[in-house]
Amino acid sequence: MKEYIYYPGCSLKASSKHYEESLLPVFKELGEPLEEMEDWNCCGATAYFSVKEDMAAAICGRNLSLAEKAGKDILAPCAGCYLTMKKSNHFLSSDHEKALKILDDLKTVGCEYKGTVKVTHPLEYLTREFGLDKIREKVQRKLTNLKVASYYGCQLVRPYTDFDDPDYPVTLDHIMEALGAEPVEYSAKTRCCGGSLAGTVEEVGLALNYVLLKETKKKGADVIVTICPLCQFNLEINQDKIIKKYKDDVRMPILYFSQLMGLALGIPKEDLGFSRSIIPLKPMWEKLTNGGAK
Amino acid sequence: MEIQEKVKFEEELDHSFLDEIKEKSFSEEISRCIQCGTCSSSCPMVTYMDYPPRKIIAMVKHGFKDEVLKSFTPWLCASCYSCQVRCPSDIKITDIMYTLKREAIEAKVYPAKFPIPALAQEMHKLIAKNGRNSELWVVVNMYLRLKNPFGPLKMTSTGLNLMKTGRLSLKKEKIKNRKQLHKLLKAVSEGAK
Repeated sequence: MKEYIYYPGCSLKASSKHYEESLLPVFKELGEPLEEMEDWNCCGATAYFSVKEDMAAAICGRNLSLAEKAGKDILAPCAGCYLTMKKSNHFLSSDHEKALKILDDLKTVGCEYKGTVKVTHPLEYLTREFGLDKIREKVQRKLTNLKVASYYGCQLVRPYTDFDDPDYPVTLDHIMEALGAEPVEYSAKTRCCGGSLAGTVEEVGLALNYVLLKETKKKGADVIVTICPLCQFNLEINQDKIIKKYKDDVRMPILYFSQLMGLALGIPKEDLGFSRSIIPLKPMWEKLTNGGAK
Repeated sequence: MEIQEKVKFEEELDHSFLDEIKEKSFSEEISRCIQCGTCSSSCPMVTYMDYPPRKIIAMVKHGFKDEVLKSFTPWLCASCYSCQVRCPSDIKITDIMYTLKREAIEAKVYPAKFPIPALAQEMHKLIAKNGRNSELWVVVNMYLRLKNPFGPLKMTSTGLNLMKTGRLSLKKEKIKNRKQLHKLLKAVSEGAK
């Protein structure tokens, strides 16, 4: 089995620091420490493909070639990076004349890419390769009593449905279950949070995220866990405005799955970026201390 | 109200538009659209669109080039791929929306005052220059581009919340080997359409 190289992407170095701060210790605790790719560039996200397609694929090609040189596959925790690089990887391996030209250009600048790299998300790795049984064995502190709504968003399961269902995925729910938490069933698991639109056209962001908060609240969730920086951001950032606009108290902590995972693995909570939560976590801690013993 | 022509004569349509979009989005399947509307009913953004995705596909098929390229619809597509995975005719609707965005920029008919195309273009510029995106700066550049000094006011609470939790970075992120990136982008743009 090939090893993975960690591709953080821009968000994990800025507004989603707590994703990286929790993911790295979790992988270390699992005995699979992650090494960051040297001099990676931004994947370009949805924006670059909206402006220049060839250039968008080329900059992803540079990252793919860096991984290939290291002899490793890419582990990309941001769902946006994951999809953008996967999409570019498909395109570059398509034998289309445009793709061949980009591969040539990559070669000219010293970034030859033969097409041997796989792009993986931590969720795929943990459920498909590492295994739920091994996660269960490593749990030090079960998250008993905690009702968790797993939110997958869109980019992870669509359009490439390699490891989970595009409409009703389950892998994150399975991880939460393995940690001893109680997964909440709800139908909006992959309904879009608005992506970069939520920040630019505020009324759209408020409406889409209200639907998600309302739905998970109705089903009794104590917390929403996410696997994507933009989902986490959109669900969390405008809760005050949403509550005011819809006159409905849908306040809900929005965490990264890795934060809860770290907690269950026995990593001190101070080391998992919980202090970066904008939403107060007190109700969640109370719930956990009441029933958190193994 | 301005009087506009709502129905077009055959002669006024652009019959090469369909082939153009097919080629550019690698979507031969577009001709197979049965107008079932699965795309529109799957779309989380449809309530904000001037033409729902089903109509856009029909308009592409029949050559309503002007209307399609000036439409807000492609820019409201959040790229969630719901329509694409559900389409019974396997039409790559999301990919077509990307092509329409690029075509609209190229033809300079996109809604320039709308924040989304402004954000996309500013992000492209920033990445092409530095190799990395910087969240704060891309937003600042977007508002400068839109000449909207009051826009950032709406984001005050966002900024404060991020600052309080140590998630607002003022740094302009850069990769080390920018020379290589610039050479690559230059090579790609030469000879590329």
